[in-house]
Amino acid sequence: MSAVSHSLEHGHHAHQPSGLMRWITTTNHKDIGSMYLIFSFIMFLSGGVMALTIRAELFAPGLQVVQPEFFNQLTTMHGLVMVFGAIMPAFVGFANWQIPLMIGASDMAFARMNNWSFWLLPPAALLLLGSFFVPGGATAAGWTLYAPLSVQMGMGMDLTIFAVHIMGISSIMGAINIVVTILNMRAPGMTLMKMPLFCWTWLITAYLLIAVMPVLAGAVTMILTDRHFGTSFFNAAGGGDPVLYQHVFWFFGHPEVYIMILPAFGIVSQVIPTFARKPLFGYASMVYATASIAILSFTVWAHHMFTTGLPAAGQLFFMYATMLIAVPTGVKVFNWVATMWRGSMTFETPMLFSVGFLFVFTMGGFTGLICAIAPIDIQLQDTYYVVAHFHYVLVAGSLFALFSGAYYWLPKWTGHMYDEKLGKIHFWCSIVFFNITFFPMHFLGLAGMPRRIPDYNPMFADFNLMASIGAFGFGFSQLIFLAVVVKCIRGGERAAAKPWEGAEGLEWTVPSPAPYHTFEEPPVVK
Amino acid sequence: MSAVLEKYFVPEPSRFPIYGSAALLLIGAGGAMWLNRVGSGPWLVAIGFATLIYMLFGWFGQVVRESETGKYSQQVDKSFRWSMGWFIFSEVMFFAAFFGVLFYVRVLSVPELADGASAMLWDGFEKKWPSAGPYVEEAFTPMGAWGIPAINTLILLSSGATLTWAHWGLLKGARGQLIKGLVLTVLLGVIFLGLQVYEYVHAYDALNLRLTSGIYGSTFFMLTGFHGMHVTIGATMLAVILARSIKGHFTAERHFAFEAVAWYWHFVDVVWLFLFIVVYWL
Repeated sequence: MSAVSHSLEHGHHAHQPSGLMRWITTTNHKDIGSMYLIFSFIMFLSGGVMALTIRAELFAPGLQVVQPEFFNQLTTMHGLVMVFGAIMPAFVGFANWQIPLMIGASDMAFARMNNWSFWLLPPAALLLLGSFFVPGGATAAGWTLYAPLSVQMGMGMDLTIFAVHIMGISSIMGAINIVVTILNMRAPGMTLMKMPLFCWTWLITAYLLIAVMPVLAGAVTMILTDRHFGTSFFNAAGGGDPVLYQHVFWFFGHPEVYIMILPAFGIVSQVIPTFARKPLFGYASMVYATASIAILSFTVWAHHMFTTGLPAAGQLFFMYATMLIAVPTGVKVFNWVATMWRGSMTFETPMLFSVGFLFVFTMGGFTGLICAIAPIDIQLQDTYYVVAHFHYVLVAGSLFALFSGAYYWLPKWTGHMYDEKLGKIHFWCSIVFFNITFFPMHFLGLAGMPRRIPDYNPMFADFNLMASIGAFGFGFSQLIFLAVVVKCIRGGERAAAKPWEGAEGLEWTVPSPAPYHTFEEPPVVK
Repeated sequence: MSAVLEKYFVPEPSRFPIYGSAALLLIGAGGAMWLNRVGSGPWLVAIGFATLIYMLFGWFGQVVRESETGKYSQQVDKSFRWSMGWFIFSEVMFFAAFFGVLFYVRVLSVPELADGASAMLWDGFEKKWPSAGPYVEEAFTPMGAWGIPAINTLILLSSGATLTWAHWGLLKGARGQLIKGLVLTVLLGVIFLGLQVYEYVHAYDALNLRLTSGIYGSTFFMLTGFHGMHVTIGATMLAVILARSIKGHFTAERHFAFEAVAWYWHFVDVVWLFLFIVVYWL
């Protein structure tokens, strides 16, 4: 391709700073995508260390490792770090790398703003993690930062509020960038309905981000003014209501759940057709299903609040609206299975993670349906059943899809094939240890073990022991991934432009590794 | 999409984003320290804001230079339009959160405090609006709608008209009309802000209406305060557009910056109309 050779010459500009300054000042979507991915992996490990400390404490009944106050800080920060530091930035990293390559654009629409979107994250992480070291420690109000707890915490809470503000600015700018890139920078002939599904899911995710991140900013701003400036938003004595915080938060929080899973659907929808060597079954229905999930996500928030004294009519509405989401999600699972039906399937690591995703994510979906039923949820609220449910969708859903995508596109990014054997070991360790960790939590929850408590009744000891062993296994398995990636960057078998036989799409028309500048002249899509 | 595409402009590496990040880090860390009276928070915040302003000047200045030297193709222009639209949508959602809060307290939480079990807890609490809740002792007078707020409504609506008149001037190449229209708009914006400040002083001094006056005070000052902040930003942007118009920037065909600021100004205008109705009037 002439566009490619042309861009190779342009690979090293005269004004291109080198060393650290290259990364700080870069406007290149591939550089920025890599930084997002590295940052999210560092945060993933930090959040993981917190999780393992939690599981060490829960290894046996009684208090052994940490004090209860610190335990609460750990559960809170684990959630915040994983959601805002690991999962979301990782998907944005994929978007940065892949969307311009997949739609045939030369870069993101706003390359300088793209840089700022990324470089806001390290300061936010600094504020968030730094809050462990201020007087009173980090916030311990739970990742949802519910009032009145969050109104009472010390300085760590303020740092968290400012960190959330900064991450919100980053997300909104990133999302605007993605929407504009997709709407305005597609190569000639790339109509919306020809776009790879990953771009579609990100378009809709970005819309959700722009819609709800400002609402979260509003929620934490009200916490801040309630804390320091004497407002009464969440204070009944002044006519406010602590439950009001939950409404505002979950109006953000439920779409946020889909923000973390829709791009995962996108990745899986790229990987499964490749390794089944068949086009995606029901492409249009996938697009419509994604859009309906996004729209419905605004009408279900109070299913997180069934025990707050919602009127019966409200409970019924939110229960049925929630169950309705199972329909488009079911369409998706059906389409993935139908894509594999009679395909010539091979099981390289990306495919393993995608198929694994299908099994375990669907389980998480089912437990979600169970939680959606108001009378059941009233029993299960704040138990380990809920913890099991959202780790099935967030770890086995989002994280497994991220791994799947990482293995799938690593050859394109690094120019080398990754170590297939190690990748497979990583997958099998992950899926086995994941289930050892989180499957017993269903039983714990049904038996009534509450979440976010450092001690428990001895009758829960066996399952907790099992979960802790699984958690350490899962945690250390992720070092295999680190090893695979480092090895792949440093060398290995050279990857062809299209290393996967069944792969389709513009990203496979450029060499591996993808040159620094691609599609400076847009390709024509037929 | 047109068949022939010009090369899309991708800017050179830039230092401005990292300045912005450093600024927000200083503001965040300094702000938390200030609020908790630890260390020298106010200084950090001040340095942070100074850095932020330096960054904004530098960054927008560079964008203006790039625009004036013709680096932006039609496609880039379209990107800017899309992005401004989506940015305003995000602002709409920010205000929606606070309007939602106002709706919730007026329709649900305040009446509920006077009903059922809460009535036993808060004996003698009446459901009415404005309310400071059952436990805020100090009496206050709510802000009426038909004094300054009504005048302010007229001012903002007129400023929308003068801005459109300025736009017509730009479109037909009458630079005098453009500049006059912008001057009037900025002036009306500043008068609006002046009256708003006067109203706040009046609320604190004469009406004893404070941010701490229960939920009425909270929603009143937060909604009007954030709106006022947006008017300040809007007026600042209009002033920049005015300065650029005087310098001879913008043509009848290409003036995205003008339009973006105009969209923003109209958005702030519409928010005010909602505020006038549900905060002051009803």
